[in-house]
Order: sequence, then structure tokens, then C-alpha cells
Amino acid sequence: MVALLAANYNLRRALGELKYGETYMSHLKNGAWIALLLVCGLLTACASQTGCGTPEEEPVVVDERPAAPEPAPVPEPEVEAVPDFMELPDGTLVAIDSDGSVIRSVFSFEFDESEIGSADFRVLQQHATRLNRNRDQSVAIDGHCDERGTREYNLALGERRAMAVQDFLLANGVRPSQMSARSFGEERPVDTGSDEAAWAKNRRVELKYE
Amino acid sequence: MNRLLIAVLLITASMSYPFEIVIDRGVDTLAPIAIVPFRIYENAVDITPIVNSDLSSSGQFRPIDEANLLSLPSTSDEVVYHDWRVLGTDFVVVGSVFVDGLGLLVAEFEVIDVNQERVLRTAQVKGNVEDPRSLAHHVSDEVFRAMTGIPGAFSTRVAYVLVENRTQVDERHTLMIADFDGERETPILISDQPILSPAWSADGKQLAYVSFEAGSSAVHIKNLETGQSRVLANFEGINSAPAFSPDGAHIAMVLSRDGNPDIYTIEVASNVIRRITNHRAIDTEPVWELNGENLLFTSDRGGSPQIYRVNVDSLRVSRLTYEGTYNARPRVMPDNSHFIFVHRSGAGFHIAWRDLAGNRAARILSSNVLDESPSVAPNGVMMMYSTKSNRKGILSIVSVSGEVEYKLTSSTGDVIEPAWSPYLPLTTTFVER
Repeated sequence: MVALLAANYNLRRALGELKYGETYMSHLKNGAWIALLLVCGLLTACASQTGCGTPEEEPVVVDERPAAPEPAPVPEPEVEAVPDFMELPDGTLVAIDSDGSVIRSVFSFEFDESEIGSADFRVLQQHATRLNRNRDQSVAIDGHCDERGTREYNLALGERRAMAVQDFLLANGVRPSQMSARSFGEERPVDTGSDEAAWAKNRRVELKYE
Repeated sequence: MNRLLIAVLLITASMSYPFEIVIDRGVDTLAPIAIVPFRIYENAVDITPIVNSDLSSSGQFRPIDEANLLSLPSTSDEVVYHDWRVLGTDFVVVGSVFVDGLGLLVAEFEVIDVNQERVLRTAQVKGNVEDPRSLAHHVSDEVFRAMTGIPGAFSTRVAYVLVENRTQVDERHTLMIADFDGERETPILISDQPILSPAWSADGKQLAYVSFEAGSSAVHIKNLETGQSRVLANFEGINSAPAFSPDGAHIAMVLSRDGNPDIYTIEVASNVIRRITNHRAIDTEPVWELNGENLLFTSDRGGSPQIYRVNVDSLRVSRLTYEGTYNARPRVMPDNSHFIFVHRSGAGFHIAWRDLAGNRAARILSSNVLDESPSVAPNGVMMMYSTKSNRKGILSIVSVSGEVEYKLTSSTGDVIEPAWSPYLPLTTTFVER
């Protein structure tokens, strides 16, 4: 059953049926914890195996090691699998898509607002998926404002924006211990201009993987 | 304010003034006065330009250009009243500067009312020969008091933050203290992280501020006499907007440790924390009324940022502002019956003024687009705020009556978050004769 679920999950992922942010738990409707552990072990092994994700191969792996959820040493991969995160040349850690492209980590807001735009839901869910797959990965959620209005009010507003993103990730399965919401108010602009374009850039939440 | 812009429109005779006068609206309404260049004796230093600059910055007076003076008396005996009436002068200040037998620098001066043909004040200010600037500011304080009945605030200082290389790798934030006119700038704290909200204790001996050195906001207190500082609040979430109570025993501040930003007080001696507001909206920017019984603060509990008042005993909250969609960062005037705050109108953010009783409509005091962080001088005559000009953060000083505006700029970065000091202990002594 476990093997089938795992195979099914990987197949559906490969086919693009699974929505990002859909967790293992939500997928394993009646699955026991042991099943989840087995799936995790399997996927870990899969991450570096060629051909992993095809339904025909996986039952064999599980059948051979029914009582050993720990993955066995695996052979050198012939093709490198896509990881969830990547370190950029400047040292920053970013979440990456299945095609290796960097997932957007900056989210914009309207003036004096903290509502997440609906266009950002899918992107935030991609981040949630990666954080759910990597429970020891933590992320700082930094809220920022434009220069208009008072600095202290903006410090509070920046926190409200960061909390909005934190709540969204929480609702998508990310654990509180993985996240820290911070606010820098209007003190960390990306654009020091005083026009609509600059202000729009500065009203933002940034996810920073640490 | 390493190098203040020097460009004086109103007073062209002296080029050493630290101010650039930006707006001289309504100059005709300013009382014309004459600061006659003081007679300078051997080893003494001329302080007249500083006195001149101080008095014109008050927004109450218009010192007459030295070139237009008909005579240069240095004592009241030498004053020919007719000369000063011809010039339309209300007051004449004459004096001399010398070094006395004890080696002290002495400014002796007289303030003369031309219309009454009467000497209002004859006095001396004594100080260290190495420090003519403090002497000059003290003379200005006393001249101002003689002419208006209000103590001058020219010996006060201002705390502010200089931000250099913003958005660059070598971004630098420096908490500074300088004379109110931007001279004698002294760094208090240098950080690569933001510094915000400097706040003076009522005795001028301590400065509270917000720093991000720990990665997120924390409230610190620095003792300006010993130089020692300590962390007052570094809880999870926001720790910000400190404000000393008038008796110095408590600091009001904003904490979001219990979920979202609310107003708290901390007893300085015991660190005992008390929650003052409890609302799911943003509550921030607390400031004490002078009686220590109420706090004004900003809250968006009504849907937009507005100014409220809370009694620290009963915790009863009432709303003070209704005009417009953005009223924030209140500062109580020394008369404890008015306050100034940031007000958004169609054109931008301005500093506005209104009465605490709510009987009169708000009056706009500033005219730029991005005005914020108002702070008022302890005599209530002048206020300072930060604004943006040519992409740079600058400070602006404006008389509360609104006539004259000066700006203070730095060539190296943005100047933000001014906090005008209370009256400070003086190193000079005043002797009335």
C-alpha cells in the first residue's frame, strides 16, 4: 500500500497533477505515520536515483526492505536530480523549481495594506512545499514598507505583512519552528527613489532561507 | 551634518551661518531687530554671527543686515534712538566680548526696546574661552527671553540618525547628537543596521533608541554621562518607539511579543512591564503628556492610522483625530494643550498642529511632500522634522508660528529621525546686572 501510494504520488507529480503545497499527509488520506516514514525514506532514496518516479520500479525497492525504512546506500546517480534549494554564487540560498529556475521570493503589497495578492498564492505554495519536504530548513520572513508614512507605524505594518505571509505558509503545512517573521519597516528600501515605481518595489515581503 | 549647506537669503552679511533658509514666507510679519556686532576685546572671539543666526532661526525676528546699520554702538549709552527708529527696529542688542581676570570668556550685552527707549536687560554670560559657541547660544537664549518673555532654546541639542550609503554594502547608520543648529556633531553609536526613534529623558542625561543590531528591533538606553548602554527590551517581534515618562521612571514603548503591536510601559528601575493597550490593530508611537497621566499614540483600529489618547491608570482610550486617512506620530507641545503630528493630505505627508481639546481644526505647518518625525523644542517656539529633498533625507526647522523654515543637510547621507533635547545643564553662567 505504501509503495503504491509513493508510486502514485511520484507519478502524479511527474505528470503535474499534484498541486504545489499538497502535502504528503493530505495525500495519504488514511495513511499511518509508519507509511509516511517509509515514503520519506523512499523519496530520499529516489532523489538521487535515475528513473525514480516510474511506478514499475518502486514496489521492488520497498519489497526488498519491508522492515527497514532507512534508505540503503545508493549507487552514484547517472543524472543529477533537481534539489529544492540552491546556493547562489553570492552565498544566498534560494528555492528552485523542478526545471532549476529560482522561485520568486519577493511578494508585493498595496500602500498601508498587508493582504497577499492572489497571484502570489501559487508561488508561496511552492515555497511551502519545499519547506515541508525539508523540515530542517528555516526561512526568515522579512516585511518592508515604502517611505511614506511614519517610520514606527511602518515598522508595525512591515510586521503585519510578514505575519500575513507566515500565516499563509503555516496554513500550508510549514512548521512555526521553521519560520521567523521580522520587520524592517521602511529602513531597507531596494529603491531609494520617491516615486510610485520605487514605492511599489519597496512594499514587500522577502523570504530568506537561512 | 558634517557640512551644512551655507546659503543665507535673509541675512547676507555673514557667511558662517550653518543654516540654509529655504522658505522665508511672511518675513514682513517678523519683528525687525538689530544685533549690533559686539565689540571684541583682545583675546576674545566674535560671537555675534551665532547670536544673529540663532535669533533668525526662531522665526520671530528678522535681524537687520549689518551693512544697513547707521551706527555701531556697543553700550546703551552709545545708542541714538532716532537712528533705530529710522530703520524700523523694534529691539537693539549691543555688547562686547572680553576675557576677564580669571581667564573666563565674558559676553556683556544689553537688550534695548527702541519704542519704549528702555534697556530691557543688562547681563553677562561667562564661560570657557575654548567654547565661544556655547557662550553665544546662552547669550541668544537670554536675548530671546528679554524680547519675548519665553526662554530661548538655542543651547539645546538634537539627536538624529545619519544614514550613509543606503542600499550599498557599506551602508552605515550613525546615531548623532549635535547642537540644535547642526554644529558640533558627535557620534553616539555607529551600526551597519538601522537605528530609529531616539528619545531623550526629561533630564537630558539618557537617550533611548531602537537598533537592529541583534537582527531585529530592540530598545536600548544609553547613559550620555557614562557612555554605558543597556538593552531595555528585546522580545520576539517588534521592540520600538521608546518614550521616557516626564519623571523618567517609566518608558512607554511598542512590543508585539503578545501577538501584535501594542503599547506597554517598562519601569526603568525594575524592568517591570505593564500592558497599556490590547487591540488587534497596530498601536504604536506612544508619547507622554506632560502630566504623565496620559499617552498619545497612533492606532489603525478605526481602519486608518489616527491618533488616540489612553489614560495609563484607567486604560481608557479616546480618539483625537478624524481629519483625513493618515494621522500619526504625535508629539505633545510644552504647553500640554497642543500636539503636532504627521498628517496626510492629498499632496503628501505634512506636519500638522492642533489642540488636545479638539476645539479647533488642525493647521498644517510644513509644505513638503514627505514630512515626518516631528519634534518640538522645549520652549515650544520651534519644531524640527525630517523630509526628503532631491532624493536626500534632510532636517527642517520651522517656527511653530510657521514664518521661517531652515534646512539642515549632510553631504554624506540621509539625516532622519530628529529628536529635540529638553533644556540641558549649561557650562556657561548667566549674571544679570
